[in-house]
Amino acid sequence: MSDPVLATLNLNKSFGALKATDNVSIDLKPGEIHAIIGPNGAGKSTLIQQICGGLRPDSGQVLLCGQDVSGHSTQARAQAGLGRTFQISQLCMEDTVLENAILGAMGAEGLAWRFWQPALKRPELRDRAEAALERVGLSDDRDICCANLSHGQRRQLEVAVALTLSPRVFVMDEPMAGLGAGGSKRLTGFLDGLRVEAPILLVEHDMDAVFALADRISVLVYGKVIATGTADEIRASTEVRDAYLGDAA
Amino acid sequence: MSSILIIEQILNGLQFGVMLFLMAAGLTLIFGVMGLINLAHGSLYMIGAFAAAAVAGVTGSFLLALIAALAAAALAGAIVEMVVIRRLYSAPHLDQVLATFALILIFSEGTRWLFGSFPLFLDIPDALSGPVTLPGGIEYPFYRLTLIGIGLAVAVGLWALIERTRLGIQIRAGENDREMIAALGVDISKLYTLVFALGAALAGLAGALVGAIQSVQVGMGEPVLILAFVVIVIGGIGSVRGALIGALLVGLTDTLGGVFLPELFKLFMENGAAQKTGSALASMGIYVLMGLVLIWRPTGLFGARA
Amino acid sequence: MRLDEKYLNGLMIAGLLALPLWAVMADQPFTITLVTRAVILALAAVGLNIVLGIGGMVSFGHAVFFGIGGYAMGILAFHAQTYTALELGLFTTDGTKFMPVIWLVAMITSGLVAFFIGLLSLRTSGVYFIMITLAFGQMFFYFAISWAQYGGEDGLSIYVRNDFPGLNTLIPIQFYAICFTLLCVVLFLFARLQASPFGLALNAARQAGTRVETVGLNPMRLKLLAFVISGAITGLAGALFADLNRFVSPTMFSWQLSGELIVLIIIGGVGRLMGPVIGACVFVALEHFLGELTDFWHVYLGVILLCIVLFGRGGLIGLLTGKEGAHV
Repeated sequence: MSDPVLATLNLNKSFGALKATDNVSIDLKPGEIHAIIGPNGAGKSTLIQQICGGLRPDSGQVLLCGQDVSGHSTQARAQAGLGRTFQISQLCMEDTVLENAILGAMGAEGLAWRFWQPALKRPELRDRAEAALERVGLSDDRDICCANLSHGQRRQLEVAVALTLSPRVFVMDEPMAGLGAGGSKRLTGFLDGLRVEAPILLVEHDMDAVFALADRISVLVYGKVIATGTADEIRASTEVRDAYLGDAA
Repeated sequence: MSSILIIEQILNGLQFGVMLFLMAAGLTLIFGVMGLINLAHGSLYMIGAFAAAAVAGVTGSFLLALIAALAAAALAGAIVEMVVIRRLYSAPHLDQVLATFALILIFSEGTRWLFGSFPLFLDIPDALSGPVTLPGGIEYPFYRLTLIGIGLAVAVGLWALIERTRLGIQIRAGENDREMIAALGVDISKLYTLVFALGAALAGLAGALVGAIQSVQVGMGEPVLILAFVVIVIGGIGSVRGALIGALLVGLTDTLGGVFLPELFKLFMENGAAQKTGSALASMGIYVLMGLVLIWRPTGLFGARA
Repeated sequence: MRLDEKYLNGLMIAGLLALPLWAVMADQPFTITLVTRAVILALAAVGLNIVLGIGGMVSFGHAVFFGIGGYAMGILAFHAQTYTALELGLFTTDGTKFMPVIWLVAMITSGLVAFFIGLLSLRTSGVYFIMITLAFGQMFFYFAISWAQYGGEDGLSIYVRNDFPGLNTLIPIQFYAICFTLLCVVLFLFARLQASPFGLALNAARQAGTRVETVGLNPMRLKLLAFVISGAITGLAGALFADLNRFVSPTMFSWQLSGELIVLIIIGGVGRLMGPVIGACVFVALEHFLGELTDFWHVYLGVILLCIVLFGRGGLIGLLTGKEGAHV
């Protein structure tokens, strides 16, 4: 069995009396999609934030390619190969689609400290950005101002910016949120192919997508992982049924 | 340097501090409840001072002058809130800064148009003039001592208002969750006008009280406003308790620094140079204080959010 | 009708060339002085526009750099003209009357101060940032007032304008040529900077700071560098302003000036290349013409400003081209 690309070890985080993350240890192996599901308020966002650097855990470790990054800043984790998409799109709304993708390319190429040549005319940035846009199908919209994109296109752009980073691991926070059935299906197909490039830690509410994609599923309830297993195992688990699927159905 | 001088300067610092508190308390409440940065708060201070000077000039009564100051500032505050400020609550900070900057221009020039460019004078009432002898044989101006008393009384009153009254509950709720208090059936726009007018009245009171020991003139509010900003940055924006602590710290640092730094430099410099260097550094003292507090706690002593 | 922004910019530059030339022919030296004033204020505001328009930092303390530039000129020229030595700890100089050296000193000093102010203020954001930059402005203001060696509250007069090789700077149009050229150079640099990777990243840091971190860039460092560049440009403008008036005083550090610099940008258009230039021209024109009509022209300025804030985003450029300004 190969070593995990991303892992958390006994992660804990409390807000006052509320235990938002309770001794969470999960891992993500090369080539897999590992989905985290759980009811609202289960602590999924808190967990993602600790993995990506927005929140510091009270105790425990985050390991990226075997290296402890718990104390690292968000940008250091990004440089170490963590590519993240946001639940609520974090895009530069006044900029064009291409400019948003170029920003990612700049991060990947380490080219932010250049003051003379226009960013849009640097071939290495442009090629990387356009390749990513091409893959998510936004090539034709590259000059559209982000504020004028549809919700679905913004979701696509979120993924494209993460692609420009050529990360070693993807952490995706509800990429399907707000997509229609068609869009959801297309993105599911796309993510299915993406896992060979880099494994995906997927937080998602869309159960069809989760059961179609995930090699493994972890169920988070009140900050605790109550079960981890394949789709079938999770479906069969009575514990999960009681805690989560039961009241969702 | 005698201990009498030291105690006198400490009292001066306290007096300056509590007046700053009157300004800072309104600013910090307005920011805490409505999320608004109000540059025109200094204009309300000026309006209070002018109203007091005008009424005292006509009636000769200091008490009436104070009432006029409170009323004029509160009224000006309420009108400005209803006409301009309420459009800015959800606007970006830049818009708030610019609009309230525009209000300063309008208020300052309007006052100059009404009263002219020459300073007015407001006399200390006879009953409060002259020195009193404190325990230990220290003579101190009775009026300044009264200011310290009034300032502390306002601080206690504000604490009681916020902690013990219905309005206080609404104000605290407004700081935490705006939608919540609307859902509770509180008329939010009325609450905002009230809080704004309250802050304005405090600023107007400060203007009138300080106007009796300084001259009353256009532009008197802005230096105090900026000091009040330093106070609430130190204390933490939104915290009335922070405003009190910050105001006293700033008042004491400014007053004591101006007196003692030149003395300190005289220990190892010749007199003239020590006086110059000391007072130059003293004028920067409170900003150094602010810098140190920020390095230690970027959101101020009692501040929760940025 | 909507104007293309490029034409508008060209028109503006052409106007700034034509008006002073006309003034020379019509023998109206005061007009040249007015336009020079507008050009220098524009230069200061272009500096601020980097921080405010691209980086989204509402600095209410840019008068600090304007003042430092002014005092750099004042102090160097004062020593050169009075033949007194200027002791700077490690070394001593006689000061200088040579403009390029003065500019360099002004830019380096204000850039350095911007670095330290930025380091402290950028730990905070939002309202704190506004108040802290404002407070730093006051700190320098009071320091200048108590700096008796260089005139204290009364300021410092320089009797002869400083020298520039090949030009007679006392002739208004020649001094104007210097200021105008510097403005054009800085505008060109601004345009390059805005389009460069650094400008794009800084612009992104204004709109979505989290995004910038997530692609592995440090928004704090981007903003700090922007603050330093911005401070240096505003410092340069301060040195020119002092030379224009042959006078420096603590009012160059005043918070009103910081506010006016922001106002210039708002009138013209936030984050737009020529926004500060248009804003400065309109501002100086208002100041001049309304000032002739009434002693209370600031009331009208206040009303105009209120209307811009409440009813129109994007400034004059926005109005003329139909584009919105940058959101700060």
